[in-house]
Amino acid sequence: MERNLMKGNEALAEAALRAGCKCFFGYPITPQTEISAYLAKNMAKAGGVFLQAESEVAAINMVLGAASTGVRAMTSSSSPGVSLKSEGVSYIAGSDLPCVIINVQRGGPGLGGIQPSQADYWQATKALGHGDYQLLVYAPSSVQEMVDKVTLAFDMADAYRMPVMILADGLLGQMMEPVTFPEKKTDFIEKPWATDGHGGKRKHNITNSLYLKPEELEKSVVERFKRYDEIKAKHTEAELYLTEDADIIVTAYGATARVAKSAVNLARAEGIKAGLFRPITLWPFPVNEINEAVKNAKVILDVEMSMGQMIEDVKLATNCSKPVEFYGRTGGVIPTPAEVLEQIKKLGGAK
Amino acid sequence: MAVVFERPKALVDIPTHYCPGCTHGIIHRLVAEVIDEMGIEGDTIGVCPVGCSVMAYDYFGCDMIEAAHGRAPATATGVKRAMPDKFVFTYQGDGDLAAIGTAETVHAATRGENIVVIFVNNTIYGMTGGQMAPTTLPGQVTQTTPFGRDTNVQGYPVRMCEMLSTLDGVALAQRVTVNSVPHIREAKKAIRKAFENQKNGLGFSIVEILSTCPTNWGMTPVDALKRVEDEMIPYYPLGVYKDKTAEEVNK
Repeated sequence: MERNLMKGNEALAEAALRAGCKCFFGYPITPQTEISAYLAKNMAKAGGVFLQAESEVAAINMVLGAASTGVRAMTSSSSPGVSLKSEGVSYIAGSDLPCVIINVQRGGPGLGGIQPSQADYWQATKALGHGDYQLLVYAPSSVQEMVDKVTLAFDMADAYRMPVMILADGLLGQMMEPVTFPEKKTDFIEKPWATDGHGGKRKHNITNSLYLKPEELEKSVVERFKRYDEIKAKHTEAELYLTEDADIIVTAYGATARVAKSAVNLARAEGIKAGLFRPITLWPFPVNEINEAVKNAKVILDVEMSMGQMIEDVKLATNCSKPVEFYGRTGGVIPTPAEVLEQIKKLGGAK
Repeated sequence: MAVVFERPKALVDIPTHYCPGCTHGIIHRLVAEVIDEMGIEGDTIGVCPVGCSVMAYDYFGCDMIEAAHGRAPATATGVKRAMPDKFVFTYQGDGDLAAIGTAETVHAATRGENIVVIFVNNTIYGMTGGQMAPTTLPGQVTQTTPFGRDTNVQGYPVRMCEMLSTLDGVALAQRVTVNSVPHIREAKKAIRKAFENQKNGLGFSIVEILSTCPTNWGMTPVDALKRVEDEMIPYYPLGVYKDKTAEEVNK
C-alpha cells in the first residue's frame, strides 16, 4: 500500500473523495481551510462538486439539498462556523438524511482563538441544534485514523440515515503524518427515499422534518431513537491502552489522547501503573469499554483541552464507581505529557 | 362532453390548507400547469421552505423538499449541483426570501444558479398570523406594526426584482400578479419562461407574484384583489426587470 506524508486536513479531504463524496459545500475558516482548498483543486477531477457557499448556513443547507438527492455530501468547518450550521444539522437529522460534517475545533467561546481546542464536545455530543436527535461522533487521534473514520462516517451515515461528525481539532488538522488511503469506493447502498425526480415510476418522495400532529412527530422521533439504540449496541469504539493492571486510568480523546498516552508511557517508565482509555466514538459514548478499562483502577484522571466536558460522560458511564479527577487546558493551550504526568503522580501515582 | 378545465396532473388531488380567497391556489395551479405542459414532473424537484407554503410538498406531485426558513435557494443549489439535469424550483414567501433568506437569495442569483424561484409577495407573514414583512407597505397595519409601518422606525420595503436585476447571474426577474384573468395569463407566461430558461441553462430566474392574504389583511377576497391593484402595484410595479432572452434578441 502506498504511504503518503500528508497534512491532517488534506487527508480528511482525500478520504472524502475516496469515500465517494460527490458534493462538498464549505466556507473558509481557520484552522480547516485546507480541506476546502484541497477539494477545490481535486473535486471536479473526481467528477464531483466543490462549491464555496456564501455562509456556513448556506453551506449546510446545500448539503441538505444534495444529500436529499441521494449523493454523498459533506461540509467542514471550525467551531464558530459549526455553530452557524446547527440549524441545518437539526433539519438534516429531522429529515433522516445522511451527511458528514467535519469540525476541526478551535478555542471558544465567541470568536475565541485559532489554536487547537476540545471545547465543542458538548456541542457535538449533546446539543448541536434544537430538538431530540443525536449525531454519530467520531474523534480520531491521528491522521490515519481521520482517514479511516471519514471512510466509515459516510457508510454509517448512509446505513443509519443520519448526520455523522468527525470531531477533530486544529492540532490534528495541521499536523503531518504518514497515511494510507483505501481504494475509491464504487458500491453504494440504494436510497429509495431520495428526492431525485420520480421519473413517473413511483409516487413522489418528500424530504421533510415537519409534523404538525404531535403523535406523528413523536413516532418519527421514536423511530429515529431505535436506530440510535442499534448504534449504541453495535458501533461504539474505544482504545484501551495498558488498562488491565492500571491503578490510574487516564481518559482522553483526539489529540489530547496522544499527549495522555505519552504521559502514561512516562509514568510506566517510573513504575507507576497508569493506563489510557480513549473513546473513538464520543456519541455513543463507549460505556461497556470504559467500565472494562477502569475495572481494576483506583482513580480516573480525565484530561481534555477544555474546562471539562467529556468528564460528565466519564462519570455517567462509570456510574461514579471510581473517583474522577480532572486536568485540562483551554483556550488553545495544549497540555504537555509532563503536565499530565505530574497530575498522575499527584493522584498517588500508587506504585 | 369536452373537458375545458381540469386539475393539472402535477397537483395532487387533495384539499390544501390555504385560507379561502388566498391566491396561493392559483399560483400552485400555474406552476403545475407549466410542469404538465413541459412534461417534466418526473424530472422536477420542488423546494418549499417555512411559511404558508411549507406544506406544498403534499400538493405538488413531483419530488419535494421542505427547507428551513430562508434557505430554499441554498437547498435548491445543493439539489441542482448534485443533479444538473433535473428541474429545480423554489416556492418562497416574502419573509422567507427577502428577510431571513436574503443572503441565500442574492448569492444563488449572482452565482447564476440554474433554478426557478417562485416568489410569493403578499406583504405580510401569513403563517405566523400577520406580522410585518420586509415587503410590508409604508403605513400598512400588521400585528407588529399596529399603528402602521412607520418608515422612520421600521424602514422601507424591499423591492427584490429591482435589486436582483442588477446581478449578472440573473436570467429573468419579472414581477406579475394574479388578481385578474389577464394578469393570471401573464403570470403563467412568466413562469413558463422561467422554466424554459432553466431548460436552456440560462441561470437564475425569479418570478415575483403579488399575492393576497385576505385573512391577515382583514379583507374579503374581492377587496384583497382590489388592494393589489390600488396599493401594491403602485409600489411594486409589474414588469420585466431583467430578461436575458430579450437582451439576446436585441443584440
